[in-house]
Amino acid sequence: MEYQVIKAEGESRSFPDGSEFMSNASESSEIVVLIGSNAGDALGALSDQESKRAILVELGTECLALHTGESRGREGSNILGFARFRLGNDAPSDLVELVCQPNSSEEAIDSAIQLFKEAGLEVSVCRDFAGRIIDRLVRPYYNEALRRLDEGLATADDLDLTLKLGLGYPEGPIELLERSGLADHHDVTKPLFEVYGERAYAPARRAIVAKQRTQK
Amino acid sequence: MDDIKTVAVAGAGTMGSGISIVAARAGFETYLFDTSEDTIARARKQIEGFFAKSVAKGKLTEEQVSEILSRMHGTSKMEDLASCDLVIEAVFEDLNVKHDLLGRLNDVCPEHTIFASNTSTLSISEIAGGSGRSDRVVGMHFCLPAQLMKLVEMSPGLNTAEETFKKAWAFCESLKQKPVRTQDTPGFILNYFLVPFNNDVIRLIESGVAEPADVDRAIKKGLGYPMGPCELLDLIGLDTQVRLCEAFYEVTKDPRAACPPLLKRMVAANRLGRKTGQGFYNYEQNAMFGG
Ligand SMILES: NC(=O)c1ccc[n+]([C@@H]2O[C@H](COP(=O)([O-])OP(=O)(O)OC[C@H]3O[C@@H](n4cnc5c(N)ncnc54)[C@H](O)[C@@H]3O)[C@@H](O)[C@H]2O)c1
Repeated sequence: MEYQVIKAEGESRSFPDGSEFMSNASESSEIVVLIGSNAGDALGALSDQESKRAILVELGTECLALHTGESRGREGSNILGFARFRLGNDAPSDLVELVCQPNSSEEAIDSAIQLFKEAGLEVSVCRDFAGRIIDRLVRPYYNEALRRLDEGLATADDLDLTLKLGLGYPEGPIELLERSGLADHHDVTKPLFEVYGERAYAPARRAIVAKQRTQK
Repeated sequence: MDDIKTVAVAGAGTMGSGISIVAARAGFETYLFDTSEDTIARARKQIEGFFAKSVAKGKLTEEQVSEILSRMHGTSKMEDLASCDLVIEAVFEDLNVKHDLLGRLNDVCPEHTIFASNTSTLSISEIAGGSGRSDRVVGMHFCLPAQLMKLVEMSPGLNTAEETFKKAWAFCESLKQKPVRTQDTPGFILNYFLVPFNNDVIRLIESGVAEPADVDRAIKKGLGYPMGPCELLDLIGLDTQVRLCEAFYEVTKDPRAACPPLLKRMVAANRLGRKTGQGFYNYEQNAMFGG
């Protein structure tokens, strides 16, 4: 499937420089993929938007609506959002979260799914909410693991071991956060706390300390 | 282990049968106790079926299995447990039932006998309170299916003697299980994290953020979990999830532990998961729920 890539300013977390996805792109196509940490800002400069089959905008922690606007719950067009799930500085996972609005074009959604599948990725479709699927679900779990470590529920090793042996998780929460970065966890969960106002998203003490240490 | 030679498992249901397999396989004389001979006979049949598969898979020989089975004694007479050094209770998850059982066992068993509880949601200190020997009661939470899963969460109650805990720990290791030490707080480690996480998943689906299959795919592919949370919930049973919510929310008042309305509706509609053929997924037609 043909697609055009427009690289906006800032490194893309989904498709870092030199990735095959970019070298396989065409000069122009009716499917346009905007990537880079400021991909949404490049949307305004894209001409002839209505004639495209799909315009896919790489998202950070923001909602797609920041770039498209919203209208009484009836928003939606050929412009969709996406991000490959990625923990801290780990390599991007093979999972693309594809962000739709209530009236997103079915054709755009189908094209996007096909395009990413052909690139060897898997796609989960979700609506335009902060944290999409994975961060929305795992950040409370990570915060809770850090809090319960502070409260002495078990040692860090035993917490990790229990979740690996009991549920088959490839990594326990504490080792995962140490590896991918507690400060990074802070940066992901804090905006979710601001949006949802739920304590579960409030950065745990250990994440706050780690963040503060990066600013010393 | 020197001092523990004979053990009993009280309750020959899903967990008790599995735990008795673990104990007998590790070389302990093992009594499997339940209220009726019928239940014992049913459990014995399932246990024999399990070992037949172990032989077919080449994990055990016929001789080993007959030796293991000769160490297993099913009984519905509590007096038969008089020689046990440790009793693991896996009866119904009901404080009164557990108190009644342990209170009676306290009269039958010798002074040194340790009582271990496999409870998932009750407090070890509370269970110990009705045992007549609260210094010799310990939490020993096996995972389902016990005969295959290595993890055991072990927790002392407020009055548990350190010596009791150490003995039970060493016994657990001699079962070739992997004990981890945790506290006597609701859900110990595993369920403490899993129950609210699964509720979050249900709320996400209820609020229309994503369909069950999209959530499962995201979690498996994005994080490498072996099962998606909706698949897992269908396996655990949605009615079980409701009971876990009720038990935890009652104690913790954590809003994440509160039972999501969608979960209650699904249980009311008999969509309990695999056991009724329909939960988040439809197991008869292999089609999706919702959409
Ligand atoms: N099923 C799980 O996933 C799981 C996992 C870990 C722990 N647990 C815990 O294990 C315990 C048992 O759960 P289960 O799923 O095996 O239940 P179950 O209903 O399959 O089995 C319970 C058994 O206990 C017997 N019983 C009831 N009262 C008794 C008594 N007074 N004396 C002797 N036997 C009695 C019943 O006849 C039944 O056979 C519960 O405390 C539960 O919380 C369950």
